[in-house]
Amino acid sequence: MPIEFIIILLPFLFAVLIPIFHRRLSKKFIGWIVFFIPLSLFILLTTFIPRISNGETFSNTYEWIPSLNINFTTYIDGLSLILSLLITGIGALVVFYSNFYLSKKESLHHFYCYLLLFMGAMLGVVYSDNLIVLYAFWELTSVSSFLLIAFWHHRKASRAGARKSMTITVSGGIAMLAGFLMLYTMSGTLSIREIIVNVDVISDHTLFIPALILVLLGAFTKSAQFPFHIWLPDAMEAPTPVSAYLHSATMVKAGIYLVARFTPIFGGDMTWFWLVSGMGLITLFWGSFNAVRQTDLKAILAFSTVSQLGLIMSLLGFGSIALYFGYTTESIVYTQATFAALFHLINHSTFKGALFMMVGIVDHEVGTRDIRRLGGLMSFMPVTFTIALIGSFSMAGLPPFNGFLSKEMFFTAAIKVGSLDIFSLDSLGIFIPIIAWVASVFTFIYCLIVVGRTFTGKVKPDIKERDLHEAPFGMLVSPLILVTLVILIFFFPNIIGNYLLKPAMTSVYPTFPVDEMTPRIYAWHGLNPELWMTIGVIVLGIVLYKLVKYWVRVYKWFPQKLTFNSIYEGFITKSEDFSENLTNRYMNGNLTNYFIYIYIFFIATVAGYFITSEAFVWNTLNDSNVDHYELILIFVMMFTAVALTFAKSRITAVLINGVLGYSVAFFFVSFRAPDLALTQLVVESITTALFLICFKFLPEIKKEDSRRIWKISKGVISILVGVTVTIVGLAVVHYEKVTTISTYFEDAYHLAGGKNIVNTILGDFRAFDTMLEVVVLFIAGLGVYALIKLKARKGDTDVESK
Amino acid sequence: MKVNDVILRTIVKGVVLIILTLGVYLFFSGHNAPGGGFIGGLVLGSAIVLLYITYDIETIQRKMPFDFKKVAALGVLLTTGTAIGSLYFNVPFLSQTDGYFQIPILGEKHLTTVTIFEAGVALTVIGTLVTIILSISEDD
Repeated sequence: MPIEFIIILLPFLFAVLIPIFHRRLSKKFIGWIVFFIPLSLFILLTTFIPRISNGETFSNTYEWIPSLNINFTTYIDGLSLILSLLITGIGALVVFYSNFYLSKKESLHHFYCYLLLFMGAMLGVVYSDNLIVLYAFWELTSVSSFLLIAFWHHRKASRAGARKSMTITVSGGIAMLAGFLMLYTMSGTLSIREIIVNVDVISDHTLFIPALILVLLGAFTKSAQFPFHIWLPDAMEAPTPVSAYLHSATMVKAGIYLVARFTPIFGGDMTWFWLVSGMGLITLFWGSFNAVRQTDLKAILAFSTVSQLGLIMSLLGFGSIALYFGYTTESIVYTQATFAALFHLINHSTFKGALFMMVGIVDHEVGTRDIRRLGGLMSFMPVTFTIALIGSFSMAGLPPFNGFLSKEMFFTAAIKVGSLDIFSLDSLGIFIPIIAWVASVFTFIYCLIVVGRTFTGKVKPDIKERDLHEAPFGMLVSPLILVTLVILIFFFPNIIGNYLLKPAMTSVYPTFPVDEMTPRIYAWHGLNPELWMTIGVIVLGIVLYKLVKYWVRVYKWFPQKLTFNSIYEGFITKSEDFSENLTNRYMNGNLTNYFIYIYIFFIATVAGYFITSEAFVWNTLNDSNVDHYELILIFVMMFTAVALTFAKSRITAVLINGVLGYSVAFFFVSFRAPDLALTQLVVESITTALFLICFKFLPEIKKEDSRRIWKISKGVISILVGVTVTIVGLAVVHYEKVTTISTYFEDAYHLAGGKNIVNTILGDFRAFDTMLEVVVLFIAGLGVYALIKLKARKGDTDVESK
Repeated sequence: MKVNDVILRTIVKGVVLIILTLGVYLFFSGHNAPGGGFIGGLVLGSAIVLLYITYDIETIQRKMPFDFKKVAALGVLLTTGTAIGSLYFNVPFLSQTDGYFQIPILGEKHLTTVTIFEAGVALTVIGTLVTIILSISEDD
């Protein structure tokens, strides 16, 4: 099996094995076993780096549903390698960290099963070349994220957060699927690489813009872009390792990956440019602006993630402009925006992962994440403080940390793109560097808040009583590795540039020469506008941080009712109420009503068909003679049927119904269908016995609603049903619109080796029906069993709403 | 309330034997004559239900310690298993095959994979029938 398939399938395999074998394993070991999966995958993937950086790519195909063009095609190039290194690398660190973070009392096998499920799905997303397979993995990441957010499912907020993220990301995913199908219609292929090669064919198609918007909807919902960002802060109900892994380092980057992957297809189009960079800039600003007013450390980091994702997104938008110009020596500068985007993608994962783990440590050791209750932890937790300081300052864009490099490149790109004169940038372009700069000021402020409010100042009284101390060493290992990377990348950025970013640039700009797109990254590039912007950010940031309590009132100006959260909540509650009302209106628990729906539908369709198609032909020519005993049986049945309606007690009704059933069996006997007769007899006996067993549980027959109109309408419906069935029975004999298939079955002995036609039909010709009927019967039996045995007893508590 | 049901018990002892034989006969004869998995399962199931009705549930459960839910599950497994099994022989899903085999003592016999399929049907019917009736009658 090709190595790429193993990489994707290994996490899934262990996700299956762990729930099966977790009872045999000590809880201490589960996490360590899981730890070796991402670790070994990471080491395996690092061996790809030299070959990928030489421009090689790897592809393998397993034919899955070739008739529908759906094949399991993996494709490893520079772009997917970066993402997969992040998935496995951060994954290993997160699993290591959660070994210390999660108590051994938690249901660890669930946690690690979901985590591995996510890991496999995410690797599947970045390696899939086939759109449909990519979509399947994409939705699987949403599902595993849902499961992980709701890991503490006894908490209401966890369930609400999980549902919110699921609703938003899956809706976006479905939009994306529609976009994929449009791409398929335009290009005739589901392979991303083939679509890129045939991009000329699709760029003038009428579906081009709709497909573009739909694919972006998928990317924006996943990457928490404005206004879909509202799910990410609520997803913080997940355990902190999950937030560090899914909701900052990997899953939310899937949208970024998708945009980068589709840039060769859609890039160069004005709609694409404005949607990606415009939405990115708005998200960048809105996220950082809102992060400042949060009081929960995790909420600050959530909004900061939103804002940083917006930054990367807008950079990808800037970079797509290079494709509008095509390859020239002038246009090559715009590819540097994409270069910066990919660089910041890596940087963000390192410092944000470390920050989340830092918050987890604070939460774990101090017991709260609320900055109003925290303060002065510096002297108790010096190592955690160092982690927080490095992470935050990198995020704020200060040297000597990697965030500084990518932030400077961001400013460069913003200024360059802002001074262009295409896509009506000559009038609007000036706003791009301004928004970028203002957002960076807010970024700087919340970075100061994270460090300052938690670690400096006085220790607040309510946490003073706790025994404050540094976290155990095991918990510090993962964030320390990450912050070491933060510093190392600052000093040796060109290693990343040459080995990881260079091949990824080829994925985004397949037609451009690769060497020219790889700039050397310098920490010092003279006193240029970017540096002045950074200095301005620092000065204004510090001033505003000191004055924060004077201007924080700004946030009160926004009306509560108009936030996206309340719109979402309103939409959800309204639609729930509406569907509940609608359902309650017809599902009122009255069996008679349900029968009326069924029968009216039956009459309308069946009788309606026979009336409109004029298929009802009745002549007595072909009819055989009716014997005397058949007549007697008919009269017996008519009499019992009428008598049934006058039965006053249930037992009479059951017995009379039995008489009807046995009479039908007699008919089968007289028409020489012994199988049917036998089956009918046994079924009838068992049904009657079953009725008698259930009998004691049933209440007395109640006097029915005796309004005249009600009675008459029920009578009319009953008669109509009877007439319809009679018509069908009589018409079937002369029905000639379809040819009969019975001749086929008469040859049963040769075709199926059995002489009993009925059974060859059941067991061979139409065995699919029989198989599924058996399954349905079994499920129905289990349903009866579950309804009776597992119903909530009186006094049982409702476990759902804690 | 103590019911004097000596006659019932005595008759049932004999009758159940006959019903069970009939059920097995119906099951096997289904290939070329009236019968088959469904009806065979129904007859066998009703024999077991008859036992439960005549004697009490505990007695029968001591004598026949089956979990009838598992019997039904085994039936479903057999039915879907033969369906999937045909894929291993590189023939379409649910293909059935048959052949004539020389078996010692019994002589030449016609063996079919449909029998396994039908056995699954029969077991599911027995299991579900008994499960439903037992769970309803045990409910207070």
